Amino acid sequence: MNDLKNDSRSDGLAQNTDTQADLNAGINAEQLTTKARHPAADALGMFLKNRAATVALFFLVLIIITGIVGPMVYKTDPFDMVWAPFSPPGAEGFLLGTDYLGRDILAGILYGTRVSLLVGLSAALMTVFIGVSIGAMAGFFRGWVEEALMRLTEFFQVLPTLLFSMVIVALFGPTLPIITIAIGAVSWPAVARITRSEFLRIRELEYVTASRASGSKNAKLMFKVILPNALPPIIVQAALMVGSAILFEAGLSFLGLTDPNIVSWGQIIGSNRPYILDASYTVTFPGLAIFFTVLCLSLVGDGLNDALNPKLRQR
Amino acid sequence: MSALLSVENLRIELDTRAGVAPVIDDLSFSLNAGETLSFVGESGCGKSMTALAIMGLLPEKIGRVASGSILFNGEDITKASDERLREIRGNDISMIFQEPMTSLNPVFTIGEQVAEVLRRHQKLGRKAAWSTAVELLNSVRIPDAARRAKSYPHQLSGGQRQRVMIAMALACKPRILIADEPTTALDVTIQAQIFDLLEDLQAQTGSAIIMITHDMGVVAEIAERMIVMYAGRMVEHGNVDDVLSRPRHPYTKGLIGCVPHLMATLTDSRPELTEISGIVPGLNEFGQNACLFASRCNLVGQQCVQARPKEKQFENTQLSACWHAESV
Amino acid sequence: MNLISTVAQRVLWAAILLLAVLVLNFSMMHLAPGDVADTIAQSMGGADAEVLEQIRTDYGLDQPFLSQLSNYVGKVLHFDLGYSYFYNQPVTKLIFEKLPATLILVITAQLLALIIGVLLGVYSARNQEGWVSHFVTLFALFGYSAPVFWTGILLLIAFSLKIPLFPVAGMVDVTVEGGAIAKFLDLLRHMVLPVITLASIFIALYSRLCRATMMEVLQTDYIRTAKSKGLSTREIIYKHALKNSLSPVITLAGLQFSAVVSGAVLVETVFSWPGLGTLALQSIIARDTPTILGILFFSALVVIVGNLLTDLALRFVDPRVRGH
Repeated sequence: MNDLKNDSRSDGLAQNTDTQADLNAGINAEQLTTKARHPAADALGMFLKNRAATVALFFLVLIIITGIVGPMVYKTDPFDMVWAPFSPPGAEGFLLGTDYLGRDILAGILYGTRVSLLVGLSAALMTVFIGVSIGAMAGFFRGWVEEALMRLTEFFQVLPTLLFSMVIVALFGPTLPIITIAIGAVSWPAVARITRSEFLRIRELEYVTASRASGSKNAKLMFKVILPNALPPIIVQAALMVGSAILFEAGLSFLGLTDPNIVSWGQIIGSNRPYILDASYTVTFPGLAIFFTVLCLSLVGDGLNDALNPKLRQR
Repeated sequence: MSALLSVENLRIELDTRAGVAPVIDDLSFSLNAGETLSFVGESGCGKSMTALAIMGLLPEKIGRVASGSILFNGEDITKASDERLREIRGNDISMIFQEPMTSLNPVFTIGEQVAEVLRRHQKLGRKAAWSTAVELLNSVRIPDAARRAKSYPHQLSGGQRQRVMIAMALACKPRILIADEPTTALDVTIQAQIFDLLEDLQAQTGSAIIMITHDMGVVAEIAERMIVMYAGRMVEHGNVDDVLSRPRHPYTKGLIGCVPHLMATLTDSRPELTEISGIVPGLNEFGQNACLFASRCNLVGQQCVQARPKEKQFENTQLSACWHAESV
Repeated sequence: MNLISTVAQRVLWAAILLLAVLVLNFSMMHLAPGDVADTIAQSMGGADAEVLEQIRTDYGLDQPFLSQLSNYVGKVLHFDLGYSYFYNQPVTKLIFEKLPATLILVITAQLLALIIGVLLGVYSARNQEGWVSHFVTLFALFGYSAPVFWTGILLLIAFSLKIPLFPVAGMVDVTVEGGAIAKFLDLLRHMVLPVITLASIFIALYSRLCRATMMEVLQTDYIRTAKSKGLSTREIIYKHALKNSLSPVITLAGLQFSAVVSGAVLVETVFSWPGLGTLALQSIIARDTPTILGILFFSALVVIVGNLLTDLALRFVDPRVRGH
């Protein structure tokens, strides 16, 4: 029994059901119009289409500017006792009130922005660096290298992240670099897993085989051929990592495991916790700052996902 | 005798990004009890949409019956309630799909998936349903059915999975079985076995079969009547023998010309294989008042691009929607 | 047979992981700057050089690192985690006093998050334009973005301080009189806020994933088959679709055990819940090395056991994991 699959019409849809073909036909017709654009422009367009992400990006830029400029403009020292303790927001010109030691909450939040963003960014960078290196090697070399590295990853996933980094900070001293390392050391497994699965997928693709066949060295294959194509999900993950690193830092400083000479959002909440009955605003506002920043980061992450994930783009 | 199923002036519309497309455009046909009717055509011609419409399973929200009716035993399915449709589905009308690899639920045993239909429609208890399911699996020639019933789909080959699908579809001895390209995804050797099985089972259950395929060989082998579809429209209809020996539509002729084996057996000579040049029109071209095959047709004339062809009834059973039907 | 050998393999690997955790933690403690003997002496109220020397011999601190390590591992194998010089109690006893409180919190929150997350996810996948669906989208964003300790404090302010519905702190009220039922109800009352706080992050996570997978599953061929069999919507959703949507959610839940334990540390602090987290914070501040090591060991154990249970649950839900 023969079938029409072998004929030379080869519309390539022989395997599809009619329904799928019908739907594809509808989509293809529309895609023709957008085909000619540059991929980066396309990605930017997709990002801007996600209105929440665009608004979030705007606010994120605002937060970063606040972190840089805020403390220069608003010169009140967050450690100074500027007024009577527990002055409610608005009283005597202190927009967000004062805490249990009469320190200006607004000043604290402005200075804390710097710390949160700094630690968040550098911990995320470190996470991505470790995660990508390990994931890339595991996915590229396969065999025992992969086995060993994935076992290592599994090992780090078993460690209770917060407890472990609490211990690191307590043992090696509560300085910002140590805090950053403590966060990075426990957060990388997720990035490693994503990188590895992307590498596993891409290394089997034809252009990689072609490049290998034309004599490319391993290093070139890894960094010039595979890595650029594996980047989209890693970038999305990195954006989310900044958010979770900020949450992580906030948690540590809430528990008091932070540099006592530096104000941070979590630390304001932690130190004012005993007085929430009298002055709930002392924990509400710094918490809002954390919440809003991380919210913006996750929305931007969503937008990046829309922009960079070609599978979604077709929907 | 009134037909078991009669479809009248059916129009199905599908929402696409480009607008609303009539994926089935004014389709009428009937199906008698116990017969085998085949739908032939390339992908995207609306064969599967017809099947889904009969099942009441058009893609939710984007697909709908715009006009016309589907009468099953005189009852209009397009107007039936969801509850009534669920009574009919799997019981009176059932369907097997193209992709046996993905059409079975991976997390339930095959015995359970067959037994479920029996519990639903025949009101059998757990035990009775299970033992009937085993019998059914046995009847579709699954070896060691009693033990195999406890297997999961991933433990079966594609051919075996399609047998399970058949067992499931025939569990309640439906009046109509719709088979949507049931062997396309399978090996050629397995294909023949599946068709043999279907014919045997049809003899036992007396079900009418609607066989959807793009394979003229299948049609010649299994069907009594056939409908050729193109771009959502019926282009030719008639008894298989009549149509294959003297096609009355250039598209049908083209389809037959693509199949070497078929031509050889029919004519005992070895005519040159032909191909239909050009491509199927996109959904946005559906529904035009013209012959949609015109762009690929070597008989094309002025009339073809100006008006949709009227259906011509020939002396025998044949019906053709072509302005040049006589000269084909 | 297959199951037994797989479980055996898993357990063996779990044991290796635990050993690695022990070695890493112990080495880290030794790499850290500062003199343990000093800390011990301080907790005893200060000491001179002679006493310090005595402490070093008592605690084996004068021996080479490797023999200290093998000593420690050997003792752990005999379920001896050492002696806390801060609490003046064996660490094992200390931990077993606090572990149940943490387990109650962690397990209840994880189960609650799974159940609510899956229900929300299924419901919103079916009614994609409904308000529940939008709620899930928003809740997923908020639940992920709000620091868990802050959520806890806000709930505390709202429902214990402003509207005194629930107790402010702790796990039991010693003044409650009556039988087991009264005690149990009292425990439940104490659990409400901490459990909701901890579960909220994970409800957000699971409902979002469940919604996405459910939407995907509803498009599959086998759901079309189920429909073609004439099954009711309830059977299609809660039998055919749900069982398929569960495995990604369970996999995710398994990966979250470590995060749940981390969250528990923060939640315990906010609600003064007498569990391992509270103990951990105290012993870290006091630099009570044996206790810290013991807690790290036990929390890794909780995560590993959680992972094992996840694997078993996955095998139960998805036959493909069981192999051929």
